[in-house]
Amino acid sequence: MLIRPAAPTDLRSSDITPEPLYFSRREWLAAAGLTVGAIAGAGALLPRRAIAQQTLGTPYGLQPDDKPTPWDDVTGYNNFYEFGTDKADPAAESRHFKPRPWTVKVDGLVKKPGDYPLDDFLKAGRIEDRIYRHRCVEAWSMVIPWRGIMLADVIKRAEPAPGAKYVEFTTLYDPARMPGQRSPVLRWPYTEGLRLDEAMHPLALLATGVYGRDLPNQNGAPLRLVVPWKYGFKGIKSIVRIRLTDRQPDTAWNLSAPNEYGFYSNVNPTVDHPRWSQAKERRIGEFLRRSTLMFNGYAAQVASLYSGMDLRRNY
Amino acid sequence: MTVPAWIARVRGWKRPRWWRWAVWIAVLVPAPMVLVRLLSDFLLGTRWLGSNPVKEGELILGQLTIKYLVATLAVTPVRRIVGWNWVQKDRRTFGLTAFFVGLAHFLWYAMLDIQFDGAELSKDLTKRTYIIVGFMALLIMVPLAVTSTRAMIARLKQRWTILHNWVYAVPVLGVTHWWMSVKADIGEPIFYSAVFAGLLGWRIWHARREPS
Repeated sequence: MLIRPAAPTDLRSSDITPEPLYFSRREWLAAAGLTVGAIAGAGALLPRRAIAQQTLGTPYGLQPDDKPTPWDDVTGYNNFYEFGTDKADPAAESRHFKPRPWTVKVDGLVKKPGDYPLDDFLKAGRIEDRIYRHRCVEAWSMVIPWRGIMLADVIKRAEPAPGAKYVEFTTLYDPARMPGQRSPVLRWPYTEGLRLDEAMHPLALLATGVYGRDLPNQNGAPLRLVVPWKYGFKGIKSIVRIRLTDRQPDTAWNLSAPNEYGFYSNVNPTVDHPRWSQAKERRIGEFLRRSTLMFNGYAAQVASLYSGMDLRRNY
Repeated sequence: MTVPAWIARVRGWKRPRWWRWAVWIAVLVPAPMVLVRLLSDFLLGTRWLGSNPVKEGELILGQLTIKYLVATLAVTPVRRIVGWNWVQKDRRTFGLTAFFVGLAHFLWYAMLDIQFDGAELSKDLTKRTYIIVGFMALLIMVPLAVTSTRAMIARLKQRWTILHNWVYAVPVLGVTHWWMSVKADIGEPIFYSAVFAGLLGWRIWHARREPS
């Protein structure tokens, strides 16, 4: 079971004024003051402002000037076409989406396939808080404190069968709950894929939360992929199926525009998108652009996965 | 065929007194407000333009350009169909606004978006089709804007009309530029393509019906 920390505006039992106090006006005012103070104090934790990184998780691959992107941006500027194509659509259109109950199917070339209720699914690994850099293919970026388990643990539990070379991920298909799926903007359901060795990399995360809280619906509740050295669209959201296979899976954006979005989609400042340069990026919240880093700053950890490969052709 | 009374009444509408002010507000307020909102977002921490104000402002200016082009090209059909000859006076105002807002869109892209990155600018303007197409639309508007004064109209005579037929290329290039720039959400470009198809199609139909 995931422990959901109290939201800053939730009342805790200690915030409820005891009855004797309630009837004493002067003390009541003092208590009210404290309560308001407590809420305001907790509110300050919510990230329009900078927060001490240690409290949000372990930083991975952060540059010295990388600060977590404010909560409002992380949860208000999203590409999640299942809920609309504007950046603000996902937050608005997913408000009534119910991410529970949720079942994840693990199948394909594995010795132990299964349909897991989400809480059982997550028992494969240890829930960790990690701060990652995030680079969208549209040349903007964020720094996001994720919460989740390592994808490798899920795959190990399933025990890959000989011949398994790739992992395919599938998003929920339910146009009644995901209104964006009613128009053929992409091929639904959204699918994504990784090579098995990429999926086994310790940086590949299956996220269940951001900022220490359950994933908001617009961020891909209740379960999404986070692959920090790849462009953001590889981070498939609201996953219902993980399938191991012997051939490279079809991926939604590759099917939509194969010349623009490849299977690998590793962050690479030297390979331009056909319509724009990938050399620089705009960090959300900043005015001047930053240089984009090879593998989004994770080259030391992941470059060996691609040694000998022509990254210009395998974009 | 007798015209119903209410249609006759609508056709007879005179230019209302507030019309002039409405046009001035429509052309002078929206584009500068984009800059005001950007400055407010960066200096005061507001969120008028959302999380990525530079990109959002660029988009809004591009879309405004398209809307002013719609207004420009709607003048003549409105005049002919509804009979409000007084809208004719505003055609130049709308057209010039389309040019200046289109120019602002380009400057916003060059100065605020890619931030004077010369290498990127030259690559964009030579290799990236959608940027070339958008830039062509802007370039075509330059001579039209320059020759929009009364003196130029008088001086160029029929040649002015021939030159200004180029205006029909602008929305075609503009919408193509927009369509090519989006990833998959082509809803709005399709909508404006239909609007321009209607406005240009009406002209073809009208020219065939009443050869001038």
